[in-house]
Amino acid sequence: MSEDGRPPGAPLLEIAGLDVFYGDFQALFGVSMSVPRGGATALVGANGAGKTTLLRTIAGAQPPACGFVRYDGADITAAPPHRRIARGIAVVPEGRRLFPSLTVQENIQVGAVAAASGAWPLERIYDAFPMIARRRGQRAFTLSGGEQQAVAIARALAAGPSLLLLDEISLGLAPLVVEDLYGTLAGLRSAGATLVIVEQDLRRAMDACDHLVCLLEGRVALAAPVADVSRDQVIAAYFGEGRP
Amino acid sequence: MNWVNAVIQGMLLGGQYALIACGLSLAFGVMRIVNLAHGDLAVCGAYLGLVLSSVLGVPVWVTLPLLLPAAFVAGAALQVLLFGRALRHGVLAPVLVTFGLSVMIENLLQVAATSDPRGLNGGALTLASFHITAGITVSWLFLTAFLTACAVLSCLQVLLSRTSWGRKVRATADDLDTARLVGIRVRPVFATVAGIAVATAALAGVFIGTIGTFDPQAGTNTLIFAFEAVVIGGIGSLWGTLVGGVALGVTQVVVGEVNQAYAVLAVHLLFLAVLTIRPGGLFTSHQAAAEVRARGVPG
Repeated sequence: MSEDGRPPGAPLLEIAGLDVFYGDFQALFGVSMSVPRGGATALVGANGAGKTTLLRTIAGAQPPACGFVRYDGADITAAPPHRRIARGIAVVPEGRRLFPSLTVQENIQVGAVAAASGAWPLERIYDAFPMIARRRGQRAFTLSGGEQQAVAIARALAAGPSLLLLDEISLGLAPLVVEDLYGTLAGLRSAGATLVIVEQDLRRAMDACDHLVCLLEGRVALAAPVADVSRDQVIAAYFGEGRP
Repeated sequence: MNWVNAVIQGMLLGGQYALIACGLSLAFGVMRIVNLAHGDLAVCGAYLGLVLSSVLGVPVWVTLPLLLPAAFVAGAALQVLLFGRALRHGVLAPVLVTFGLSVMIENLLQVAATSDPRGLNGGALTLASFHITAGITVSWLFLTAFLTACAVLSCLQVLLSRTSWGRKVRATADDLDTARLVGIRVRPVFATVAGIAVATAALAGVFIGTIGTFDPQAGTNTLIFAFEAVVIGGIGSLWGTLVGGVALGVTQVVVGEVNQAYAVLAVHLLFLAVLTIRPGGLFTSHQAAAEVRARGVPG
């Protein structure tokens, strides 16, 4: 990945000073963070803290008013989503957002329209998710919630991401199913992918990730390696306790 | 025997309505735009056919290899330059823009071609017919129009369900924001869909002009029938559009058999009845309903 002489410790993704607006409403205020190569970063925060907005901005769906997004050494602040996918950034959106009139397989194929060079072929995806292989001809909305989430992840993998952004993949799913999905994510990490995970469940986020960023009302309240912070510190940052 | 004949003639007429309607249905289904200039674009196709066939001195069918690509390019250009911009400004802007386009086209045609009714040179096909039984005579031209409608709908169906382009179109129609997010370039998708919509409209215009006559104002009436066919069939369902067109055509001819004065009124009443009883149209299947439910599920 760092074949062109960048320092080996350089982050895969670097964000600085991002301001993002929805009309008159400002969702992010000068957000900066960096995502180390090959790691997993948990993005936590209360509802409305700006986690989804930040992921959408990284994915290119939300243009920032100012600040920059640098990926793998290149400035991609102005790049449209399909260019970012071609560079290896894929997103699993909040609420899965599968295409209801497409079959499972078609949903996955659509994920590959702007694929990066490392795109996963269908067979590899079905090997990784045997439960959806059986359902490839069914329409996506007929699947269970866990299966739908697996399809949403598979759709992102079809693009061959080096950076996978996952937005609340455990929402509304049974604990066992979530356990399964996180098992898959661990497999992706060991295969070299970098993950950014938005997760409501703080314990799970801290177990699965080695780096943590906590947003509070559109600002970064805490950013640290998971090993260096206690659960209480994160909770304090989460609720904004101890602020003047 | 009169009634059987009326039903057959009505079905064939319905094929023409479906041909003009399928582009409207496609554009609405994918881009959520009701193109009020759709009928006028069909009439433009008829005028283009008139010019080409007069200049070249050939029946209008021969000009289709020129006419259809030109219509496709015009549709794609309209989408990129006009409709796409309008779509970024809420739901009202596209209505105003396409309505304005409709008024402009009608007046420009009036200036350029006068309001004289015109007909197209359809060659030998125009007057040819064959007998099924003593009382039933089928015009080859009507049959060709019907079969063309079926062929166009089949091609569209195959393109949409079997090709990579079709997957992108359906994904974009389902959820524009997510389509962008997974890397679909929406503008080329929209441009090709608009191009196909206008090309099918122009093809329908050629049939309208060959079967009957047309003038610069003919587009409005054409649009109404097309719109009714789409709504009766169920928005977004191509085969529903064919059924909708056939329902309109059969109603028109059968009622016309009783009293010609009520034929068109009956068509509009059928439309109103369907809209009242099944507002989603005849072919909004349980599947579409399930999709709506699926989207309603939180999370």
